[in-house]
Amino acid sequence: MAVTVSIPTILRTHTKGEKSVSAAGTTLAEVIDDLENNHGGLKARLVKEGTLHRFVNVYVNDEDVRFSGGLAAEVKDGDNVTILPAVAGG
Amino acid sequence: MLVIRRDLVDAMVAHARRDHPDEACGQIAGPEGSDRPERIIEMENAERSPTFYRFDAAEQLKVYREMQANDEEAVVIYHSHTATEAYPSRTDITFANEPQAHYVLVSTRDPIEHELRSYRIVDGVVTEEPVKIVES
Repeated sequence: MAVTVSIPTILRTHTKGEKSVSAAGTTLAEVIDDLENNHGGLKARLVKEGTLHRFVNVYVNDEDVRFSGGLAAEVKDGDNVTILPAVAGG
Repeated sequence: MLVIRRDLVDAMVAHARRDHPDEACGQIAGPEGSDRPERIIEMENAERSPTFYRFDAAEQLKVYREMQANDEEAVVIYHSHTATEAYPSRTDITFANEPQAHYVLVSTRDPIEHELRSYRIVDGVVTEEPVKIVES
């Protein structure tokens, strides 16, 4: 099960500058573990204490995974996973 | 230095005034690598708060896709402070994730005179920069 993952500028230090990389898995958690195997350091930027960081947005195709199970969100072969840091402040 | 057209400055200030006392937020897209802000996109503040802002996540994805399709990037990321000066707050610094962007702050605490300033925020370090306004 291969998916394409879009990497935001701020995290491309972990992907040697690549804007998108491929990863495998049937859930978002598995995809992130697979990313970590090939691009060490990414997982810690996305996951904290078993859940997605509050200030990272992750989408499977057009769906914000916050509304589709978070790390348990299912992914299918050919899906696009997009990571965008939240734009926020006070 | 941020070089920006007057009509874009006026549009940011008008947006900030309209949403006062809540914080307003948005971005100005420009051709990738050009450092030239051209297209203003007013974003929904999902927090609708006088002390916090966050781009609506669904709208953020939609706009991101548009910018990718147009070979654009966010040249300016702006938001307003409605009761304090136009200087990045601690949370602004924590969440600044775009080292190539100019972070513009508009303060609307004075009902007549606004304050508009621009910063780079890289690895938690804030550097103010001059703003050069050019005629449209």
